[in-house]
Amino acid sequence: MVGITGYGAYIPFSRLKKKVIAEAYGEKGGSGEKAVANHDEDSLSMAVEAAIDAKADAGNFNADVVFFASTTPPYKEKQSSAIIRSALDFKRNIRSTDVTDSLRAASGALLSAADAVKSGEKSVLVTASDTRVGGAQGGFESLLGDGAAAFLIGTENVLATIEDSKSITVDITDQWRSSADDFLKSWEERFGVESGYNQLVSDAVHDLLTSNDLQTTDISKVILAGPKERYQKKLAATLGFSDDQVVSGHENRIGHCSTAQAPMLLVDCLEEAHPGDLIVMATYGSGSDAMLFKVTENIRSYAPRMGFAKQLQSKRDNLPYTTYLKWKNMLPTEAGRRPEIPQPSAPAMYRHQEQNLEGYGSVCTSCETPFFPKQHVCAECGAIQQMEPYKFTDKKGKVVTYTSDYLAVSPDPPSTFNVIDFEGGGRMICEMVDYHLDQLAVGMEVEMTFRHLYEAGSIHNYTWKVRPKR
Amino acid sequence: MAKSIADQVAVVGMGCTQFGEKWDKGPEDMILDASVEAFTDAGIESEDLDAAWFGTLLTSGSGLMVSKTLKTGFIPVTRVENKCASGSEAFRNACYAVASGAYDVVLAVGVEKLKDSGFSGLPNTDPDPDGTRPNISAPAAFSFLAPAYFEKYGLTPEQGKEVLSRIAWKNHKNGALNPKAQYQKEVPMDKIMNVPMVADPLGVFDCSGVSDGAAAAVIVRTEDAHKYRHDPMYVKALTIAAGTGVGAIHQDFDFTSIKENNAAATTAYKQAGIKNPQKEISMAEVHDCFTPTELVIYEDLGFSERGEGWKDALNGKFDLDGDLPVNPDGGLKSFGHPIGASGLRMLYEMYKQFQGKAEKRQIEHPKLGLTHNLGGRPWECVSFLSIVGKELG
Repeated sequence: MVGITGYGAYIPFSRLKKKVIAEAYGEKGGSGEKAVANHDEDSLSMAVEAAIDAKADAGNFNADVVFFASTTPPYKEKQSSAIIRSALDFKRNIRSTDVTDSLRAASGALLSAADAVKSGEKSVLVTASDTRVGGAQGGFESLLGDGAAAFLIGTENVLATIEDSKSITVDITDQWRSSADDFLKSWEERFGVESGYNQLVSDAVHDLLTSNDLQTTDISKVILAGPKERYQKKLAATLGFSDDQVVSGHENRIGHCSTAQAPMLLVDCLEEAHPGDLIVMATYGSGSDAMLFKVTENIRSYAPRMGFAKQLQSKRDNLPYTTYLKWKNMLPTEAGRRPEIPQPSAPAMYRHQEQNLEGYGSVCTSCETPFFPKQHVCAECGAIQQMEPYKFTDKKGKVVTYTSDYLAVSPDPPSTFNVIDFEGGGRMICEMVDYHLDQLAVGMEVEMTFRHLYEAGSIHNYTWKVRPKR
Repeated sequence: MAKSIADQVAVVGMGCTQFGEKWDKGPEDMILDASVEAFTDAGIESEDLDAAWFGTLLTSGSGLMVSKTLKTGFIPVTRVENKCASGSEAFRNACYAVASGAYDVVLAVGVEKLKDSGFSGLPNTDPDPDGTRPNISAPAAFSFLAPAYFEKYGLTPEQGKEVLSRIAWKNHKNGALNPKAQYQKEVPMDKIMNVPMVADPLGVFDCSGVSDGAAAAVIVRTEDAHKYRHDPMYVKALTIAAGTGVGAIHQDFDFTSIKENNAAATTAYKQAGIKNPQKEISMAEVHDCFTPTELVIYEDLGFSERGEGWKDALNGKFDLDGDLPVNPDGGLKSFGHPIGASGLRMLYEMYKQFQGKAEKRQIEHPKLGLTHNLGGRPWECVSFLSIVGKELG
C-alpha cells in the first residue's frame, strides 16, 4: 500500500512577535508570533532542511523522484528541485518537478507522488515550502509565516497509508499574485471564505468521507488548510467535526505557512498519531484536494531528526520589526561602504556543485586525512592526487575560534564567523547562523545548515553554513 | 648552498610621505614625493637608475605608473604584488637584482591610494568566482587569533582585552612622536578598551587605519655604497614565506600563531647569523595590522617564549624604552596601512634610526633591526622578514 514512509519539518529559528508589528505602527494588540526565514534562507533552502529532518536514520537517503511545492520559488525560470536534488546528494538519474503557483501545490505533489509510486517508482520525496509576504501593515503581514515540510512516499515501512483522495478544481479570484506583484492581493475576505473555501473544501471532504463510507466521528484528526484558523474551525464544525479533531494552534505559533501549511499540520499530527488513526487533510486553492491517511504500526518506531515540536521550541523570538522588513527586502537601506557583490560565475558554480551544494571535500587515500575544500596535494602526508570525495555536511563540528564581524555588510549584523573542526577530521572556516550572541564559545557544538547566500545579477547562490546544534 | 644576501647590498637613500587621508594627493604625487626624497637623500637623479621595482596591491597595474611619473627613460620597471607585503616584495626583488650584478643602482617604491575608493576597510582581492566564500573582513580574520590565544594560555576575556589594548596604547604612544604618522596622538588605555567593536573582541583602536602613502629606497651594491653616503644601511637577510593555507584545512593549526612568521624568521635568522633574536635585534618594525597579530608575532619571531608574549607586552618589554622596542615609529596602528607602502615605511624607520635621525623616538645605538610585513590572513599568509644593519659583518 502506498503511503508516507518518512516525514520532517523545518521551522526557521527566528520568530517575530505579532505584537511587535502592531507596536511599530502605534497600534495595540497582536498575539502570538510568526516564523521568519533568516535573510539567508528561502523556500528552496528550507525545503532542503525539511527533507533532511525527514532523514530519520543515518542510512542511505535517496529518492527516485523529487517534488518541490511552493508559491515562492527563487526563480520564475530555473528548476528548484534540481538544486534540492543536489543539496540532498541524491543520485543524478532521477525525475524532478517543481509544482508552483497554488496553495494546493503540496497536495498536488503528494498525489502525483502517490501516482508515481503506484506506477513503479520506489520512493518519492515531496517538499513543500513557502516564504509568502504581505504588504507592510496589512492583514497578510501578521498572518503569514515561513516554513517547510517534507514527506517520503513509498510502499515499504509505510507510516500512514494514503487511502483515498478527492479533488475539486474551480477557478476563483479570491487571492492572487500576478507575475509582477511582490505582495499578495485579495478580494473581500468574506467572498473568498463563503464562496470559495467553505464550499470547495466542504465538497472535497464530503466526497472523500462519503465514498469511503466514513462518518466524521471515524476520523481522528482533520486538517482543513485555508485562510485563518477561525474559518477552519468554523468549517470543521459545520462539517460535523469536534474542536478536538481539528489540528490547529499553528497560526499563533508560526503563522500561516502557505503551501506548507497543510503539510506542516500533517507533520505535527503524525508526531502525535497512533496506529489506526484516520487523518483527513484538505488543501485549498482554486479548488481543494482532500486526502485520507491511515496511520500504521510503523509510526511507533519513527521519529524525524528533530521534528515539528522541537523546532517550535528552538527559537530566537526577539526579532525587531525593522530587521524583518530588511530580510523581506521591504526596507530600502543605505548600502554599506563596501564593493558591490559581483554576480557569481555560472561555470564556476557548475564546477563546484559537488562542494558547494552536495557538501563534499576530499579525503587522502594514503593517510586518511579529510579536507574541505577538496585538495589536490595532501597537507598531511604530501601525496599528490590521491584523494577521494568525502562528505562533510552530515558531520558534527566544534568551534575552534570565532568572531562577530561588525564591518562585514549583513542584513543582520554582526556576522559571526568560525573555524570549525569536524568529528572524524577536517576543518572549515564558515559563517554561523541562528545563534544567540551571548552563547558563543570555543568548543560549542555545531551542525551544518543549507543556506541561500545572496542574489547578485539575479543569480541565486546557495551553500552550507553552521548553526549551534538545535 | 645558496649564497646569502647578507652584506651584499646597501640602502643609500630613502623617502617616505606623510601617511594619512590625502584627499589632495594622487598616487603619482605620492610616488614622486617619496622617490624624490630618496633620490635627494642618495644624491642621485632618476636617470641614474638602472631598474625599478614597484609594489602596489590595488592602486595600479604595471610599472608604467612609476616610469611615467618619474620619467625614468626606458629602464625596466616591474610591478610586484604580494598582498600586504607588496612594498617589502618590491624591496626584496630590487635587492636581489643588485646582488646578482645585473644592475648598479635600483629603486624600490611602494604606494597605495586607498582613500579614493570610498570603501571602508579593504576590498577583498581573492578571486571567488562561485561566490560562496564567507565574506570575512580583515579585522574579523585576525580576531580569530584572540579567543584561541586567550583560551590556550588561560587569559580571561578581560585580561586578553587589556593585553591587546596595551599593544595599541604603546604603538600610539610611539606614533605620537612621529610627524609622518597618520595619527600622532597618544590614546588612553580606557578609551582603547571601551570603543565600539569592529570584530569582537577588537575595537576600533585594535585596528590599523585606512590611509594613503608611499615610500621608496635606493639600493646599490655594498662595495659602491660609500660613493653615495657614509652611513648606508646594509641588508643582512630577506625572506618571504608563502603559506600553504594549511591553517584553514587542518586541525593541527590552533590559531595562536602564524606558521609563516616562524618559517620566515627561522630562515632570516639563519641568513643573518642570528642565534638569539631577543639579545641581538635592537629594534623591530612588525606588521601590527590588528593588535592580536602583534601579540602572536612576538612569539612567532622569538621575541617572547610561547605563551609569554602577553606578559612581555604588559611589562613593557616592547616599549620604546624596553629591552626590544617594537614598532618605534608607531606601526601600522599609527600610520594606517597603505598596502604597497607599508613594508618600505618600516625600512625607512630602521634607516633613520641607524643614522640617528629618529628624533624623539631615537633608540640608543641600534645595530641590527628587523622588519616584518605580513599579507593574507592568519591561516594563509605571506610573511616577509628583513634583517638590516648599521654595520658590515
